[in-house]
Amino acid sequence: MSLKKTLFDPLFENNPIALQILGICSALAVTTKLESVLVMCLAVIVVTAFSNLSVSLIRNHVPSSIRIIVMMTIIASLVIVTDQILKAFVYDVAKSMSVYIGLIITNCIVMGRAEAYAMKNGPIMALVDGIGNGIGYSVVLIFVGIFRELFGSGKLLGYNIMTPISEGGWYQPNGMALLSPSAFFLIGIFIWILRTVKKDQVESSN
Amino acid sequence: MSNDSTSKTLIVATLLCVICSIVVSSTAVQLKPMQVRNKKLDIKKNLLVTAGLVDDSAEEKQIVEAFKAVETKVVDLETGAYADIDPESYDARKAAKNPKLNYKIPAEKDLANIKSRAKYGKVYLIKDGETVKNFVFPVHGKGLWSTMYGFLVLENDLNTVKGLGFYEHGETPGLGGEVDNPNWKANWNGKKVFNDAMKPVIKVVKGIAEEDAKYKIDGLSGATITSNGVTGLVRYWLSENAFGSFIKKYKAGSI
Repeated sequence: MSLKKTLFDPLFENNPIALQILGICSALAVTTKLESVLVMCLAVIVVTAFSNLSVSLIRNHVPSSIRIIVMMTIIASLVIVTDQILKAFVYDVAKSMSVYIGLIITNCIVMGRAEAYAMKNGPIMALVDGIGNGIGYSVVLIFVGIFRELFGSGKLLGYNIMTPISEGGWYQPNGMALLSPSAFFLIGIFIWILRTVKKDQVESSN
Repeated sequence: MSNDSTSKTLIVATLLCVICSIVVSSTAVQLKPMQVRNKKLDIKKNLLVTAGLVDDSAEEKQIVEAFKAVETKVVDLETGAYADIDPESYDARKAAKNPKLNYKIPAEKDLANIKSRAKYGKVYLIKDGETVKNFVFPVHGKGLWSTMYGFLVLENDLNTVKGLGFYEHGETPGLGGEVDNPNWKANWNGKKVFNDAMKPVIKVVKGIAEEDAKYKIDGLSGATITSNGVTGLVRYWLSENAFGSFIKKYKAGSI
C-alpha cells in the first residue's frame, strides 16, 4: 500500500471507530466538550503513532508468547509520558480531562493497530498508519463533540453559539446530549451516513 | 537465538522494562517541578478569582502580585485558635489522609460526606492594609461522582458570602459541572450563611430561590445530588465541627 493510502484510508475508507468499531469507550466519555475532544485527539494521535513506530522497530525481536504484554508496556509508557507533558504544559485542559488521558492505555485502537499493523510492517509505514488511524479516530470524535457541545450547552469551544436560557438567551439545552448515550446515537448516525455514501462498507446480512 | 527461546524472552522482557522505566521516570522527574508550580498557581488563581481579586484570564505575574494581599493562617479546627504551623509547607489535603494528622468525623456530623478531615485547616485573610477585608475558607465535599474542592469567601462580618468557587471536581459537564458557571456562582454573592443562632442554614434549593431569600441559592437543574453536595459541604465547613469554632472566636474578638 502506498504511503498516502496508509495515511488517508483510516479517515473514511477504513475508519477505526466506524468500520473497525474500536475505541468506542473513550468516544463516549470525553466528547461533551470540544476542547477536551481536541486534546484527546492529539494525545491519541501521538500515542498511536509512536507506539506503532516502537513496536515496528522491535517487531523482529519480540517473542510471540509475550508480544501482547510488550505492546502494553510500550503503550502504557507512552501514555504516562503524554499525561505528564500535558500536566506540565497545558495544566487547565489536563485537569478537565482527569482520568481519560490515562485511559488511552485501554483504547483498543492503539493496541489493535500495534498488533494488526505494526507487527507486520516497517517503521515508517507503521508510523504513518498510526497517525492515519489517530486522525480517523479524531474525525469521529470531533463530529460527536461538535453536536454534543452545541446541543448540550449551546456552545462551541466555550463560546456561546445558541445562548442558553440560564444565561439569558433562548436556547433550552438538551440534557441528553451531555450524557453518554447521545454519543452512541451520534456514532450510529455517523456510521449510517458513511455507509450510505460508501456502500461497500455495508456488511452482508446473514 | 530463536525468538521464542526462554532466554530471549527473558532478555527482551528485561530490556524493555528497563528502557520503559527509564523513559517514564525521567520524564516524571523532569516535569515534576513544573507540575507542582502549575498546581499551586491554579489553586491560588481560583482563590483570587472566587474572591473577585483577579479575573479568569489572569497571568502568573498578576496572580503572584494579587496574592501578596493574602495572609495565610493555619487554624486548629477543634479550638479555633491559630496553630503554630508554617502555612507554606502545610498541606491540609495530605494531612486529611494521614492517621496522625486527621480527625474522623462522626457520621451524624459529616454533612460533606468526607469521613475524615485534617486537624488543622488553612484560612486565608485578604487584607486591605491592616484590616481584614475577606475571609477565605477552603471547603470540600462529595458531589455525585467526585469530591469537589473549592473556596468559600466571606465578607468581614463572617456571615455574608462574597463568593464560592470550585477548583477541582468531576461532576457531569453541563449538569453538575455547572457549579463552575459564573452566572450560578454570582447567586452566592450577598447571601447569608448563619441564622441568628449561628447555625449554618444556607441551602441550594430545588428550582429557583425566591428573590429575597437570604439563605437560599437557586438549584442546578438536572443536578440534585451535586446541589445537595454543595449545601452539605458549605454547611459542614462552617459548622462547629470545622471552621465554626474559629469564626466564633474571631467574632468574639479573642484572636
